[in-house]
Amino acid sequence: MSEHLSIEEIAHGQKQLRRKKVKLLAFTLPLLCFVMLAFIAPIATMLYRSVYHPTVSQLIPETLEQMEQWKIIPNEMPPVNVLTAFSLELRDLAKERHSGKLAEELNRGFPGTSSLVKSTARKLKRMSAEELVQGQGKQLLSLHKKWNNPKLWSEIKNLGSVWTDSYYLTATDLQRNLDGKIEARDTQIYLKLYWRSLRIALMITLFTALLAFPLSYYLANTNSKKANILMVFVLLPFWTSLLVRTTSWIALLQTNGVINSTLEYLGIINKPIEMLYTEFATIIAMTHILLPFMVLPLHSVMKNIDPSYFRAALSLGAKPMPAFFKIYFPMTLPGLSAGALLVFIISIGYYITPALVGGTDGQMISNIIAFHMQSSNNWELAAALSSLLLMAILLLYWLYDRFVGVNNIKLG
Amino acid sequence: MSRFPRYYTPLQKLGSLSLSSTAYIVLAFLMLPIIIIIPLSFNSEPFFTFTDGMLALDPEAYSVKWYIQVFNDDKWILAIQNSFFIGICATLIATFLGTLAAIGMSNSDMPFKRAIMAILLSPMIVPLIITAAGMFFFYTKLDLSGTYLGVIVAHAVLGTPFVIITVSAALAGFDYSLVNASLGMGAKPTYTFFKVIMPLIRPGVISGALFAFVTSFDEVVVVLFMAGPEQRTIPRQMFSGLREQISPAILAVATMLVILSALLLLTIEYLRDRAERIRIGDL
Repeated sequence: MSEHLSIEEIAHGQKQLRRKKVKLLAFTLPLLCFVMLAFIAPIATMLYRSVYHPTVSQLIPETLEQMEQWKIIPNEMPPVNVLTAFSLELRDLAKERHSGKLAEELNRGFPGTSSLVKSTARKLKRMSAEELVQGQGKQLLSLHKKWNNPKLWSEIKNLGSVWTDSYYLTATDLQRNLDGKIEARDTQIYLKLYWRSLRIALMITLFTALLAFPLSYYLANTNSKKANILMVFVLLPFWTSLLVRTTSWIALLQTNGVINSTLEYLGIINKPIEMLYTEFATIIAMTHILLPFMVLPLHSVMKNIDPSYFRAALSLGAKPMPAFFKIYFPMTLPGLSAGALLVFIISIGYYITPALVGGTDGQMISNIIAFHMQSSNNWELAAALSSLLLMAILLLYWLYDRFVGVNNIKLG
Repeated sequence: MSRFPRYYTPLQKLGSLSLSSTAYIVLAFLMLPIIIIIPLSFNSEPFFTFTDGMLALDPEAYSVKWYIQVFNDDKWILAIQNSFFIGICATLIATFLGTLAAIGMSNSDMPFKRAIMAILLSPMIVPLIITAAGMFFFYTKLDLSGTYLGVIVAHAVLGTPFVIITVSAALAGFDYSLVNASLGMGAKPTYTFFKVIMPLIRPGVISGALFAFVTSFDEVVVVLFMAGPEQRTIPRQMFSGLREQISPAILAVATMLVILSALLLLTIEYLRDRAERIRIGDL
């Protein structure tokens, strides 16, 4: 075609296309900027925060500079100039009442250092700077025997770097030993929580799939008027506030709640079963809350499966069970996988329901993130834990997009 | 049970029966927990369970005092006002920006379509706890945490993906030659937008707005991290109520929310029906 167009015409066409693209971008740009500023930027700063930690290096810059030349060798103390610089800086911090901050920071890397730093700072405050310079760190070493521990000094050097992977190591229950090698911690906290979140999310996904499959099949194969009415019973829970649904599970599951009273009334049990504040409560409440997310995609796929394939298999002599699993089931897989990934992605990062009904053993990774945000104020660790969760979810989402396609997300 | 086709074997009849009963059991599992809070909210005792009097249908055992308590409690009144104020503001922003963006995104000549779409839909995929943690760091630095503006902006961002999805769906069957025709006959772009594009995509825009509103109305994690006591919303108030002291006043609020969501559901279904009819040209 193009050979019939003159160069001017092609140029004109390209110019128009460019103009159109600019116009289209202009439509999208306001929202793009809004999302970038109000959503992407906060998450990016959080990721940055999980690896950037300048607090220690701002508190004791001179000590860290002196430490530059010191190569960490196991069981060897840093040179005296480091000790002198540290004594002076700790004395200054004590005078400015900032030594508590350093104590808190060092305590995170080397538990038990908090009181050591504070008491030493109090004593150093009374000494003069000249005295400390002349003493070449002897005062520091004599104030407490813990300062003679080379491990403490190598830890200070580690904590002093501006860029740190220590929060990620903590978040995956690892630590750096004296040789700088990474090793597993004795007690697992976070990995256990990740595994538990994974297990709870998988169980919820499995239960929603098991419940949604017969329901969707029935809705897809009954007459459409009836199906439309019954669909309301799926959509009403979908539209109901999740706080409302969590509230009703608390009413149902608590010690003197509806389920226990009913069971006692029927004489099945004599004393109430403890169901609320357990992992069981988290799983059943979240299965209920997320069930519509499984039913909706599954139903929309099943509705479009022609029942004559299944009937053809039967009339050609296949037994019902093999016919079902070989003919019908594979055709439902797009809906099933979409629902499963959706439920899994939502449930692995869920916060509200586990926080309200989960007790201690029903807590998930998001609850520990909230804990570090609100109670322990270890924001960097919260950021590292969040980033790991985010990476897992983006990976899942990428898989979802690859195998199912994002455009298959349907609402209502 | 003469509803079965005559050629069904007894085994097939049994299978069909067990399928329908399983389906009804699952529906009961979905609905019962929601239904059960409605009678419980009329309990005259401060319990979360049925009293003997309630089971005997004694009128004395029922009362509306928890509803009266909700409407006499300043905290709940503030929470209700906040939820609607924040929800409506966030919805207006999300709907305006989302509709504009969806119009650009639905055109096949849109450059960097996939990348932009991924960014625009990301607020829907990232777990709320991560969003809330990130926003808390960032909005505190901008002095926006603990303000209405901060919560509104956060909720507006969370609502935009839903507007984009519903409006894009409405635009999928949109005939662009109508725009060319309108412009070609001398109509101004704004006139074309309001008189040609808008009437055809209105059901999509309205249902996107409803989704955005529900997102904000139901959202509690971001509010929990970012909002001060002045911006407490209904779900936030319910959350602290459930953690601190469990009062049937929460059940009264929950019952009202169930009725509200039933109304929302009816509206959305009506709009979907309308959108479908516009698409097949029946309106």
